[in-house]
Amino acid sequence: MVLRYGVIEKEIFLSSSIPVNLDIERYFNHHKMMNRIRAFEETAASANDDGLVLGAIHLSIGQEAIASGVCQNLKKDDFLLSTHRGHGHTLAKGADPQSMMLELLGRKGGICQGKGGSMHIADFSVGMLGANGVVSANINIAAGAGHAIKLKGGNNISCCIFGDGAINRGPFLEGLNWAGVFKLPVLFVCEKNGFASTTVTEAMTSGEGGKQRAQSLGIPAEEVDGNDIVEVDECVRKNIEEIRSGGGPRFILCNTYRLHGHTASDPALYREQEDVDEAWKNDPIPKCRDLLKNAGVLDEDLKGHRTDALSEMREIYNLAKQAPWPELQLAYEDVQDSGDPREEAF
Amino acid sequence: MTVMTYADAAKAALAEEMRRDPLVWAVGEDLGRGGVFGQYKGLIEEFGSDRISDAPISEAAIMGASVGAAMAGTRPVVEMRFADFALCAVDELVNQAAKARYMLGGQTNVPMVIREPMGIWRSSAAQHSQSLESWYTHIPGLVVVVPSTPADNKGLLKSAIRCDDPVVYLEHKNIWGVEGEVPDEDVLLPFGKARIEREGADISIVSWSAQLHVASEAAENLQKKGISAEVIDLRTLWPWDKEAVFSSVEKTGRLLITHESVAVGGFGAEIAATVSEHMFKALKHPVRRCAAPRVPISYAPPLEDMIRVTANNIVDVATTMMDNGN
Repeated sequence: MVLRYGVIEKEIFLSSSIPVNLDIERYFNHHKMMNRIRAFEETAASANDDGLVLGAIHLSIGQEAIASGVCQNLKKDDFLLSTHRGHGHTLAKGADPQSMMLELLGRKGGICQGKGGSMHIADFSVGMLGANGVVSANINIAAGAGHAIKLKGGNNISCCIFGDGAINRGPFLEGLNWAGVFKLPVLFVCEKNGFASTTVTEAMTSGEGGKQRAQSLGIPAEEVDGNDIVEVDECVRKNIEEIRSGGGPRFILCNTYRLHGHTASDPALYREQEDVDEAWKNDPIPKCRDLLKNAGVLDEDLKGHRTDALSEMREIYNLAKQAPWPELQLAYEDVQDSGDPREEAF
Repeated sequence: MTVMTYADAAKAALAEEMRRDPLVWAVGEDLGRGGVFGQYKGLIEEFGSDRISDAPISEAAIMGASVGAAMAGTRPVVEMRFADFALCAVDELVNQAAKARYMLGGQTNVPMVIREPMGIWRSSAAQHSQSLESWYTHIPGLVVVVPSTPADNKGLLKSAIRCDDPVVYLEHKNIWGVEGEVPDEDVLLPFGKARIEREGADISIVSWSAQLHVASEAAENLQKKGISAEVIDLRTLWPWDKEAVFSSVEKTGRLLITHESVAVGGFGAEIAATVSEHMFKALKHPVRRCAAPRVPISYAPPLEDMIRVTANNIVDVATTMMDNGN
């Protein structure tokens, strides 16, 4: 961390021309994390191009402000449940990118020992209870983790991030209702990136969408520009405080855009190039960089975030490539305590 | 020993475990007023509404939230009301609970008990009467428990609550009121250990859950015909006690499996195949099954009875097996 900026608050102007006191160190750290997430995703994409990623991976390029703005506001003992597009969330919650990359390549030392892959990344040591391969399945699980907090009497919270496609599955209704009925300490974050797999979400969604659905269940809900790190960070901070002080569940809709395809192998030809070009102009990382530059942070330090992140992830990828496969007996381990999984097989 | 019903034995097991471990809690529809079969009656007075928790009619949330609550350090006992309704929560059970430990590389266990009242009971028809135990045996990660007596319902439920795996715990609705002697002390029954209900020399009859009582009745009737049947109650289907079945078949040379659920793809097929693979030469007669035809369960009692596997069915099949013919 570059400490010379300290925690001095300086009055600057955001793009919305509203003067705010900006905690420079805070957004400097967000900028750094967003660059690390971007670099991880770009490296994962090249690993995919190299044929070394074994299954499907779903990149979160363009959605980094949400990952950083939400997860860096969580404490280590707060729980996080993520989605198939969860690399950024996991990294920002504090997981080790080396063991994440090993997992993507299915190698020894992978964060799930090579048994889960990209869609099942979890790191219980930092409260990250799992990405999920089933859209919206994480919502009920996150509500339940919040239920456990209530029963055990902790001050931690449970956070669930899901996409806009998830609001059309039953667990969205059931899990939000559950959290509301039991007044659980759960933060629901919907990343509205515009697409449900390869279909425009709005074309398949009746009514006004996630925020209004949450409100209809009695859950206070807000909407922010998910590409504006200040909006995300401030909204998340405020809502987490309310949840920690016993306010029950909260819902935040973050508007963003999925800059890449559904998977890393999807060229996403089902959308207009001009829409994509327009969306790139709203890339959250340059927006955060401009904000910090306007606040007086040196350009070279900000560019350093990008170059440092790229070399960190390149090194991680190089090490992952050289790692051996997992030991074969792992195939039979951690199935369950009861019974022998090999019975009657082969 | 105290004489109590199958339902009360489970209630005693749950209460004992909840007193022992503050992290054990139960959640499901109508639990506050005792559950739809009264199997939770009185527990809310002792443990309060946080630990004997009502739930919305949201089976996916009951199951899914319990997965999260289990991963976050509690031990939920999940009430599904009817086994049939658990089908509303198949993703949460099969893709989440059963897979999490393996898929996340051993970072978590999912210690939860899923209570699913099953079976034919009082004209409940096709959506409230099914026995789907064989489905769950197919899913790596799950334990499958099918108790037949009050004593077993206490000892097995206590073991299920202390188990770190998700346990599908299928209680049969038709035997809630069956009484029997139940140990007062802290008896834990191990999974994968069958019970010899009755010893015999001529034929081995393997069963579980309510059908075990039908098998016993059949054995009694066979005795009158001079046929000595050994009746084995498997108690759990995963893991299942192969050794008990093998040693019985070694003695009798004949194996008949009976279950209330549909014959096709039922767990009887698994037992028959395993015995055939391992001890074909010990068999004096091909293995036979007595199980339900592949039709939904009816409403009108005479139609409901048409697909019920009776003691007479078992006696008839067992008798033909004594000829040693094919």
